Amino acid sequence: MTDIPFLSLAIWIPILGGLLVLATGPDTNARMARVAALLTAILGFAVTIPLYARFETGSFAMQFEELRPWIEYFNINYHLGVDGISLWFVLLNAFMTIIVVIAGWTSIQSRVAQYMAAFLIMSGLMNGIFSALDGVLFYVFFEASLIPLYLIIGIWGGPNRVYAAFKFFLFTLAGSLLLLLALIYLYNTTGSFEILEWHRTPVAVGAQTLIFFAFLAAFGVKVPMWPVHTWLPDAHVEAPTGGSVVLAAIALKLGAYGFVRFALPIVPDACREFTWLVVGLSLVAVVYIGFVALAQTDMKKLVAYSSVSHMGFVTLGFFLHNQLGIEGALVQMISHGFVSGAMFLCIGVLYDRVHSRQIADYGGVVNTMPKFAAFFMLFAMANAGLPATSGFVGEFTVILGAMQESFLIAFLAATTLILGAAYTLWMYKRVVFGAVANEKVAGLTDINRREFFFLALLALCVLAMGLYPFPFTDVMHASVNHLLEHVNGKMLPL
Amino acid sequence: MSFDVSNLYSATAEVFVAIMILAIMLATAFARDIARGLAYVLTQLTLIVATFITFFTLEATSDFAFSNMFVRDPPGGILKLMVYLSMMVALLYGRGYLADRKLDRPEYYLLALLTTLGMMVMITANHLLILYVGLEMMSLALYALVAFDRDTARSTEAGMKYFVLGALASGLLLYGMSMIYGATGGSLELSAVHQAVASKGVDKTVLLFGLVFLVAGISFKLGVAPFHMWVPDVYQGSPTAVTLILSSAPKLAAFALALRLLASALPELAGHWQSMLLFVAAMSIVLGNLAALIQHNIKRMLAYSGISHMGFMLMGLLSGGEASAAATGYSSAMFYAISYALMTLAAFGMVVLLSREGFEAENIEDFKGLNRRNPWFALLMLFVMFSMAGIPFFVGFFAKFSVLQAVIQAGHFWIAVLAVTMSLIGAFYYLRVVKFMYFDEPVDNTPLNASGELQVMLSLNGVAIALLGLMPGTLLKWCEGAMRAAFVVGG
Repeated sequence: MTDIPFLSLAIWIPILGGLLVLATGPDTNARMARVAALLTAILGFAVTIPLYARFETGSFAMQFEELRPWIEYFNINYHLGVDGISLWFVLLNAFMTIIVVIAGWTSIQSRVAQYMAAFLIMSGLMNGIFSALDGVLFYVFFEASLIPLYLIIGIWGGPNRVYAAFKFFLFTLAGSLLLLLALIYLYNTTGSFEILEWHRTPVAVGAQTLIFFAFLAAFGVKVPMWPVHTWLPDAHVEAPTGGSVVLAAIALKLGAYGFVRFALPIVPDACREFTWLVVGLSLVAVVYIGFVALAQTDMKKLVAYSSVSHMGFVTLGFFLHNQLGIEGALVQMISHGFVSGAMFLCIGVLYDRVHSRQIADYGGVVNTMPKFAAFFMLFAMANAGLPATSGFVGEFTVILGAMQESFLIAFLAATTLILGAAYTLWMYKRVVFGAVANEKVAGLTDINRREFFFLALLALCVLAMGLYPFPFTDVMHASVNHLLEHVNGKMLPL
Repeated sequence: MSFDVSNLYSATAEVFVAIMILAIMLATAFARDIARGLAYVLTQLTLIVATFITFFTLEATSDFAFSNMFVRDPPGGILKLMVYLSMMVALLYGRGYLADRKLDRPEYYLLALLTTLGMMVMITANHLLILYVGLEMMSLALYALVAFDRDTARSTEAGMKYFVLGALASGLLLYGMSMIYGATGGSLELSAVHQAVASKGVDKTVLLFGLVFLVAGISFKLGVAPFHMWVPDVYQGSPTAVTLILSSAPKLAAFALALRLLASALPELAGHWQSMLLFVAAMSIVLGNLAALIQHNIKRMLAYSGISHMGFMLMGLLSGGEASAAATGYSSAMFYAISYALMTLAAFGMVVLLSREGFEAENIEDFKGLNRRNPWFALLMLFVMFSMAGIPFFVGFFAKFSVLQAVIQAGHFWIAVLAVTMSLIGAFYYLRVVKFMYFDEPVDNTPLNASGELQVMLSLNGVAIALLGLMPGTLLKWCEGAMRAAFVVGG
């Protein structure tokens, strides 16, 4: 269909552009670094648009495939491709990169070139994760993406940034090292690192269990699932706004994506065997972390816990083993990308002005920042899962899927609609409404054009996805159905 | 024993280096005014020419000379090339450092060449005694180098420590060799030892007793637990220029020693030495990583991290053995040793870069705020640290990857799990260096005034670590091809 390697472009334009930005050097050239970063991000997004425009909707096959030998000695290929499951994440990632670059335009004043470069390189690496069809290629991108985020948290983060950066790095590394062993084991049994080849290969039941737990460790930490979620609130609180946005919008999706790309199709029997475990952990995340979020006094921490809770929905959807569940979970992932990103940006807008994230330091913001309050309202509603916003579509579909399996699961999952509304709207009320709390709030200025631009852009996405989710779900059907046939039809004789 | 002049062809590189050592000795004795510069230039020239000789006399198969005492095979060729490269880089990095401390006497370069010659002999030896002669030639020159800063107590103490323990280890090795000699009915040549062990009627008790001593001697030279005690003290006490030499090329030579003694001569006892190495590797990985965690001195930290890296390398070595797996296991170990040499050179090169006249950048704190002082070298050090931690896209990742692949293929799953657990702990202290460089503000704002050649070479070194991480295929294939040619019959 086409000879232009769009996926390679989507990976390498941001990385090479990031290196160029890095070369602009000291902060005296900050303006040049910012402009170059913005142009790279826009270009990086532009090359992902044809992926959607030329995507063949009815097919479950990998599209835009690129296959080149990379390390022949181990039979490792530079093999890229997207299907209906991964397509939207590449676009989402490229899109959020633009937002992040704009959001850091003035709030970052020190080591600007390094900041922008870190985000661009990270964006390229994450596109690599979503489009890799070779196990080692996936792993290499997966691990390498830790480095920029570690630096982002550690250099531009808050007072406790060192602790948060180390915790983030070591937690994720702990999981992914087990993933490496699982990948090598699969290579030694099949002689190949091709993910699609692994999908076709039946794995012995005993090995499936071990591999499943390796996957669970690697992806569970990244999602993050209860009880290994503790790195996330720390990382979010300490990270600069841009870091939190990328972390919530994209980085968390890597773990969930790993479950659909690796765990479900490669070890389907173990996945069915341990459905109770994943569903149980997911429900704990949804319900218990929902209550934890309610108790937070720090806005960023609150949104961080709400992310854990929402991601619990995603893992729950994947392990319902039905179409509604998986598609709902995928939609929820994309929606959470927009909504949580927007929530962190809103908190960033406040933080830039007041330099506090404590809910108690605010009150009556609507009096001084009416435009901001309107946007914040929309995103808070979306976070709570209000119909007509993107948050509703995913959650509702997953609950429908859960209903097909068991009433109890659906009931527990549905508590998120109450809890989510409670913690988000209560926070919103305390921050935005009421009398003007103190002089700092009284002196606030409303959002400027730059802030208006990126919040409006995200608001459009949230509304569009809530009102007309068809373009998002349409591309998924074929791939999800294929995955389900594969997962449900493949019980090995015990 | 008949002698044929054509034998000399096989030893061209060794003969050349030996002649050059004498020539440089004479030249520097007569041209006293320019002796320092001359010795350095001639030494580098010698290594460059030796590189060409070895490169153009590479053979695809094993070539024996001097009544089978001497072997030239593909793994040996690659290792020798890497030894030259490591020595060249180490001498280049160390030059300014030595000049600042008035240590750049011609003898330094002579000793460096002598130790190189020792390593070359070790790599090419096919005979127990020749191996021992090479080993001693390397070690004696190294003892002198470690104590080269003879007016400081630390350097002489390190030299003494290294000498006493090193002599003990050489003794152990020799004792082991004598038992092998006795048990195999008087075989000294490695292929004869192999044949004698393969034929029945060899006294296994004596043989195994000898093997234990061999493994102990090899472990000492590699610096792996439980024979690692000297490593941190000697690394710390030596002038950093010498630590550069110590941590790179001799590890390659010691790897050759292990390869010759265990893989070539005693493949029949693979089951035994593999289980010994399994213990040694596991212990080194655990001990090296845990001890490195609490170090404040970067040289000591890198020393302990080196212990764990050598443990990783042994994991590759011990997954060889069986005919089909030999190439995979040994080549992964060789790839690891080469990658480690590149990384350790860059790491100690960075320590040299930060040091200046009257100041030793010895503490990890000295890296504070390097990103503010010089972003380029901070980035390179970041490459080195993440590479050592085994994070892609750096060569250290593929080194760990190939070793893990080999060890899992060989069925030692538990040690693979242990190794990755420990590399998680290891990641912490590498990350700490990155933390000091990037997250902290500098305390010392002196501009880096290292020589241009050091800066260029260090940059190349750092970039090589990244490029080999992106494209490790060729080097992997060379290592595998070499090992296949040497160890797989009909390969």
